[in-house]
Amino acid sequence: MYTQGLDAKTEQGAQPSPRLVTEQETALQGRFQERVDAEEKIEPRDWMPEGYRRTLVRQISQHAHSEIVGMLPEGNWITRAPTLRRKVALLAKVQDEGGHGLYLYSAAETLGVSRDELIGQLLSGKAKYSSIFNYPTPTWADIGAIGWLVDGAAIMNQVPLCRCSYGPYARAMVRICREESFHQRQGYELMLALAQGTAEQKRMAQDALNRWWWPSLMMFGPSDNQSAHSAQNMAWKIKRFSNDELRQRFVDATVPQAEFLGLTIPDPELRFNAETGHYEFGAIDWTEFNEILKGNGPCNRERIEARQKAWDDGAWVREAATAHAAKRKQRALKKAG
Amino acid sequence: MDRKDWPLFEIFIRPKNGLSHKHVGSLHAADARMALDNARDVYTRRGEGVSIWAVPASSIAASDPTDKASLFDPADDKVYRHPTFYDIPADVKNI
Repeated sequence: MYTQGLDAKTEQGAQPSPRLVTEQETALQGRFQERVDAEEKIEPRDWMPEGYRRTLVRQISQHAHSEIVGMLPEGNWITRAPTLRRKVALLAKVQDEGGHGLYLYSAAETLGVSRDELIGQLLSGKAKYSSIFNYPTPTWADIGAIGWLVDGAAIMNQVPLCRCSYGPYARAMVRICREESFHQRQGYELMLALAQGTAEQKRMAQDALNRWWWPSLMMFGPSDNQSAHSAQNMAWKIKRFSNDELRQRFVDATVPQAEFLGLTIPDPELRFNAETGHYEFGAIDWTEFNEILKGNGPCNRERIEARQKAWDDGAWVREAATAHAAKRKQRALKKAG
Repeated sequence: MDRKDWPLFEIFIRPKNGLSHKHVGSLHAADARMALDNARDVYTRRGEGVSIWAVPASSIAASDPTDKASLFDPADDKVYRHPTFYDIPADVKNI
């Protein structure tokens, strides 16, 4: 569902330890940058700087983990969806998120990292995933708010990634973006039904907006002046727009949608600036964001435990599949022999 | 981690009869049969295809990107392989 600038300055801004850069390497790096500047795509077996590879592995795997963990808050409501129509939509959406995780793990693997390694990092709690999935979904309106706001923010962030310089990532993003547009629409439709419903339903919709608005803005990651690696990622064309630019676009697109619903964005400082043509909004509470990244969000522990449980509970399925494959192979050999 | 030995399969989908199979991505599976089953769920949720190929990634021989120039540049200066290289008077039709 989403990738986010999750790494703090210290971790990410640290330069690779100084070592001798050979003349050949300098030439390769120059050639690499020329290709990127010319909008040529980089493919798995092409030469690439180590930092480029590392950055992509980190970003794509965090993105994949986010898709997988992102299935949990919504999965919570599948059995309690109010109608069959809503239920099949939610099922299809959660299944899509699982598929998106798989496309992205595959893309990460083209960079020389193994699937088991990546899953191991998620299960051990070492890997990061989007902060947004550490919030709970106590009401049905949360499913609407997630589709409308969280997927809306994800699409804003992901559409430029379709032009990422790394071929496999860009191709995975094209598929994901195509599939994700239904996610946002089903969420907005759900919000609309609640907003036009009874007073209690409308209150539920407003409550969900109140809880998801600020976390959605945080999805775009730290402000540009706090984000150390933006410049390099822009030069490598992994990133096309800054966090703040994308956040502004999201606010500009979403405020009128909230007005149409007759709901109020929970920001007293929100106002339209006729001169710039943009909405101005209040300051984001980055303490909350940082706490969640540190693992202290409302659901961090629950999410990882759910993934661990799913992995452990699925052990017999993996074992059975392996045994079954071995048996089929034996049978085929016997038949041939 | 009891899944280490599951090989990687590259997945190709034919969007409809009359078109070639096209590479869409990859997945891990215990064997080819499971790769086909999973490819159906992962890569054809919206009617993307009518046929799936699953090919063990280890069976694919690939050219080395560093040989790109020696392999493909020689074709660049052979303009005589293209029809526009040949001058035909405008009065001659159907050629």
